[in-house]
Amino acid sequence: MTPAPVPPGDAPLRWHEVAIARVERRTPRVVSVYVDAGLAPHLAGQHVDVRLTAPDGYRAERSYSIASAPGSAPLELAIEHLEGGEVSAYFHEAAEPGDRIEVRGPIGGHFAWRPADGGPLLLVAGGSGMAPLMAMLRQRAMASARVATLLVYSARTWDEVIWRDEILALEARGDGLDVAFAITRGAPARSADVAGRLDAQGLHARLSTWRHVPSHTYVCGANRFVEAMTQALVRGGIAAPTIRAERYGGAL
Amino acid sequence: MTTRGFSGRRPTSEAAARLPPGQYETHDFPVLSLGPTPDVDLATWTFTIHDGPRPLARWTWTELEALPRTRWTADIHCVTKWSKFGTEWEGVTFDDLMAAAGVAPPTPYLLALSHDGYDTNVPVADLAGGRAMIATRYAGAPIEAEHGGPARLLVPHLYFWKSAKWVRGLRFTARDEAGFWELRGYHMRGDPWREQRYTNDP
Repeated sequence: MTPAPVPPGDAPLRWHEVAIARVERRTPRVVSVYVDAGLAPHLAGQHVDVRLTAPDGYRAERSYSIASAPGSAPLELAIEHLEGGEVSAYFHEAAEPGDRIEVRGPIGGHFAWRPADGGPLLLVAGGSGMAPLMAMLRQRAMASARVATLLVYSARTWDEVIWRDEILALEARGDGLDVAFAITRGAPARSADVAGRLDAQGLHARLSTWRHVPSHTYVCGANRFVEAMTQALVRGGIAAPTIRAERYGGAL
Repeated sequence: MTTRGFSGRRPTSEAAARLPPGQYETHDFPVLSLGPTPDVDLATWTFTIHDGPRPLARWTWTELEALPRTRWTADIHCVTKWSKFGTEWEGVTFDDLMAAAGVAPPTPYLLALSHDGYDTNVPVADLAGGRAMIATRYAGAPIEAEHGGPARLLVPHLYFWKSAKWVRGLRFTARDEAGFWELRGYHMRGDPWREQRYTNDP
């Protein structure tokens, strides 16, 4: 049961020169960069290409997931400060409102969710892998979609949970969203949370209390995390074709 | 246009010459897959060449491993912008595979088919003449499952999504049929030196 592809548009994706609207610190290692790029409407889960140009013409490009909901402006990109990262270092150490960058997109026709796709919906995030899933949660709320949804979100510490207050507020709406944080270093904050590093057992335990079988599962994070979680889900009986993954970083 | 505050970290001139436009060099080996890594059993593994629906030739794992083997060192380029230089692969070239099958390519196009349901289209012109192989070893060892083992297509001169992981066969097609990513916004050919990333790129 492979979901229908999202077809591309008719025109080539062109670069849009745009000024950074604002930069907001989310966690010690993540900033949100807001840009009003004037791109075609995106789907929750899609990403953009970002290009920076140095004074001598040298350019660097990276891809970032869109964290803002479709239809809301400006675009929010959550950018983690990577060790030795050339582009993330700029966004963390130098970027200011008014700086000019280029953006193109939206890109990606697989790791995307629309309210019409329905649920039950299982979202599994590791660290900054929350970004595309945040777009899904926000769209779900904006569309008043009461799709049964479980978010399992692993972060190193409680303070490294990106959009923590917003996620808690979305859960408090009581519209079918359940949230379990897995805090790797430190005690779980709430009874629904998972203590310690999220493993197959912890994921299965949380899934069994949810009492739904997901029709669509989205897993995003570092490769090691995504590999462990997707394998756990497949062994737990979730049909592999219903699991979509987005990974960053290398193999074990 | 200049991005105030961005100076960047330039590659060496040697690396710059090997980087297609928009790419950067990584020493890591990132993993990108559309879903879970499939569990592929070598005992029941087969590799099949089809002409449309009609099977032309089939090998078991042992039979494939007995075909003439070739080693290549190649730079690889992922559409997500990383490039990795000097990767070492071993496998059976497309030419040797077709020779072993005893057939000429029946059409100018094919789809590479994978165990996880993935497929990708590659013109025969990009496979024949020593341009592609069914790779079974990477850096002197069996290819790890996350990197497409036990066998993946290797077409190093195209963006790496064309080098289908967990490959189980090739299906010749009468016309150039879009595969998985090609239906989802990515280019039909994917030449990194022409920066053919997305559907409508020239």
